[in-house]
Amino acid sequence: MPKLHFNENAAPNVVKLDDGTEIRRTCAAGFGCHNLSCGLKVHVKDGKLIKVEGDEDHPISQGRLCVRCLTAKDYVYHEDRILYPMKRAREDRGLDKFERISWDEALDTIIENYQKTVDEYGIDAVTVWCGTGRECGQIHFQMANDVFGTVQAVHPNGGWSCIVPRMAAMLWTMGSSYIEADNAIGFPDRYDDPRWECPKYMLIWGRDPLRSNPDGLFGHSIVDMMKRGMKLIVVDPRVNWLATRADLHLQIHPGTDGALMMALLNVAIGEDLYDHEFVEEWTYGFDELAERVKDCTPEWASKITGVDAEDIRQAARLLSEKPSTLSMGLAVDQNPNTLQIGHGLLSLFAIYGHMDVPGGCFMGLPPTFAGMAENVSMEDSTAEGEEPEGLAKFGKIGCNPAGHEKYPALSHICNSTHPDVNLDILETKSPVEFHFAYIFNHNPISCMTIQPERYMEGLRKVDFIAIADVFKTPAIMALADIVLPAATFLEKAGYCTNNNASQPGQFGAIRNVIDRVGEAKSDMEIMLELHRRLYPNSKKPGWASPEDFITEQMKGIRDVDITYDELAEHVIGQYELEYKKYEKGMLRADGQPGFNTTTGRIELYSLMLESLGDDPLPYYIEPKFSAVSRPDIAEQYPITMTSGARRFTSFHSENRQIARLREIHPYPTVDINPKLAAEQDITEGSWVEVESPWGSAQLVAHITPIVKEDVISCDHGWWLPEKDPEHLFDVFKHNVNQLIPHEEIGPLGFGAHYKCTPVRIKLAS
Amino acid sequence: MTQHGLLIDNEYCTGCHSCEIACKNEHDLPLGQWGIKVLELGPWQRTDGKTWEYRFIPVLISDCDLCAERTSQGLEPSCVHHCLAQAMVYGTLEDLAIKMEEKGTMASIFIP
Repeated sequence: MPKLHFNENAAPNVVKLDDGTEIRRTCAAGFGCHNLSCGLKVHVKDGKLIKVEGDEDHPISQGRLCVRCLTAKDYVYHEDRILYPMKRAREDRGLDKFERISWDEALDTIIENYQKTVDEYGIDAVTVWCGTGRECGQIHFQMANDVFGTVQAVHPNGGWSCIVPRMAAMLWTMGSSYIEADNAIGFPDRYDDPRWECPKYMLIWGRDPLRSNPDGLFGHSIVDMMKRGMKLIVVDPRVNWLATRADLHLQIHPGTDGALMMALLNVAIGEDLYDHEFVEEWTYGFDELAERVKDCTPEWASKITGVDAEDIRQAARLLSEKPSTLSMGLAVDQNPNTLQIGHGLLSLFAIYGHMDVPGGCFMGLPPTFAGMAENVSMEDSTAEGEEPEGLAKFGKIGCNPAGHEKYPALSHICNSTHPDVNLDILETKSPVEFHFAYIFNHNPISCMTIQPERYMEGLRKVDFIAIADVFKTPAIMALADIVLPAATFLEKAGYCTNNNASQPGQFGAIRNVIDRVGEAKSDMEIMLELHRRLYPNSKKPGWASPEDFITEQMKGIRDVDITYDELAEHVIGQYELEYKKYEKGMLRADGQPGFNTTTGRIELYSLMLESLGDDPLPYYIEPKFSAVSRPDIAEQYPITMTSGARRFTSFHSENRQIARLREIHPYPTVDINPKLAAEQDITEGSWVEVESPWGSAQLVAHITPIVKEDVISCDHGWWLPEKDPEHLFDVFKHNVNQLIPHEEIGPLGFGAHYKCTPVRIKLAS
Repeated sequence: MTQHGLLIDNEYCTGCHSCEIACKNEHDLPLGQWGIKVLELGPWQRTDGKTWEYRFIPVLISDCDLCAERTSQGLEPSCVHHCLAQAMVYGTLEDLAIKMEEKGTMASIFIP
């Protein structure tokens, strides 16, 4: 059964020094990061942050910290921080004409415009937007539903190209929630726990966890495991640090992942490298899969991917060693072939017998996250005599967000609007109209949206927009009528878990350890205040305070019975889950052994994909704008751009105003092979114009052999806070998402071209 | 007096820059000044046409006191404490030399 552990030998959550300084322990969720929950010892004097150190009593981060938390003080007390609520007349959107107002006026204005929108256009015109990272992202969907009463929760990431396609492949074919590489993260003794086994090989596919710490995975745990003997096989168009330490680096041409996946399956089956007993007992559709991949030889894949056929064979052989594990990243999502790549790679590891074994691929429990379709409430829970709230008030329980008519598969995984359909709605006011937007933790014209300028123009037609954030972002400058100052994680209560406690690992308290800067409030507090204004007589449990809310949320986590105050006392815990849950009846609602699929088996042949109208078996899709698919485009745009590779110094569009981080990585950068640079007379450090058929952006050249001659790699999420706010901090000069085509996604509506766009480059004039 | 230094494991240093900022915090260094700086060797493909030369090498400045105040309190130097890859060891040159020999490859010892 799941267990929650606390380190009983850890220091108290507050230690007072002789000079009056207090060392307050807390867990991190931000300054640009996921809910990683790294341990911090915050030195505080008279309520002010003096310095931050890593907490050595934290079982995962062990005193280590990255540069984003180490520059906490720069961030918290930055001169650009938004200190007070502000307003601006709608006709002044884009102009730096904000005026300080009170919290009451700000919240009343939001409620007034909300009511007006509901009265004039109906509840479907109300939208709630949120980005990724900061821990408040986990309340996004619930707050859209429970506070605003709307199903229109918006996360405008083209093709939902972040985690959701991977989760769909996991749920629909493996019957599991998130499946992550086992890094002993739930055990108090970590790698020394006798139940854990060090993986022989880790296949890292389109991911750089050292920098990205994806969704709660402490990235440097890969280095921990390398020191314990784990070897790497890396699939990436770039020779990143991990690739230079790998036994095999398969330097794939961007976007051709599906072909490589098919060839690995071809070798695994053709050379009889798989676990017959596991396949026999626990999988469905093996013969069909074998038939499907039988012609997908390494030689076939080599022509498409540019990877040596012998290396593909060798990779398939090495990965059959038990146990081995898989760490697949965003490159799997950011590809219209996404579901097949996810399905195929998971199938490969399943037939090897690596699923849910020590040192293998750790299968998740169903998450408690309100954003997952499986958690959508279908019943009105209004108590007798109580006023209905949220969705119940508007009769929207069980209704789909916008875009699900066009992409019905989305209803089976995620409770948001379809990302690409948002832009269509903003531009055409069909099939619904958006008239009200509440945006938090999100800078949509800098990051994530494809064709961000079109998004901005579309959002400018929305009657009322309120944005809560820490800094005045390009989105605030361009769009906000009301601005709310958001608290950083040192100024609020919260909690973080690994993948919403579907995976084992960190279970940490975010504590308010310093005096707040200005009049900042946490996103959760703002939501509770809006709820109080909308439903003053509400008796719903958990809505009295953030602490109360967190306690109520944690009740939904399996075998966890703890209040926020108790968690805050310990600061950091670890959630432990068992291996081989499929043998113990822990994956299915009926408690029977097996996997949570129709057949109770891992579906190599997926009945779910078949019922959704897709092919039940993995297959390869040639990138839509490659030289093979579109030679006409390739003639003009012969280079392939991949984007989104991460830096230690930033998280997507965050941390751009931190001078000490900009000192390390000052400008948006494009990696260019020396030969390609020479052809274009581009020298190190020069500004380069990158153009696609859909847009352009300027970045600084870094000349390096880590990319092949026909590939460039571009930084994403850039804006320059030092530039003119009324030019939106030059966001449209540098935002690489302008180059990416809108709604060029996979058959079921997943996976966009962020990592595979045809471009050309020249020196910027 | 026994001389102390830092042993860097260049096989595992990932170039994360944590040592640089941790040091700036500890010694209150302004922009443009560093107490330790991560230098980059490579990347280039080696003559075997397969493997890569690529390593990060954090180098101490002349004024580094190896966090004397911290070490006198039994703490690690700030750079060592925060190193994400746990690729730095503080110790006497004698001990570090033994550890370096055990490591056998891709390591360096620095004294300020």
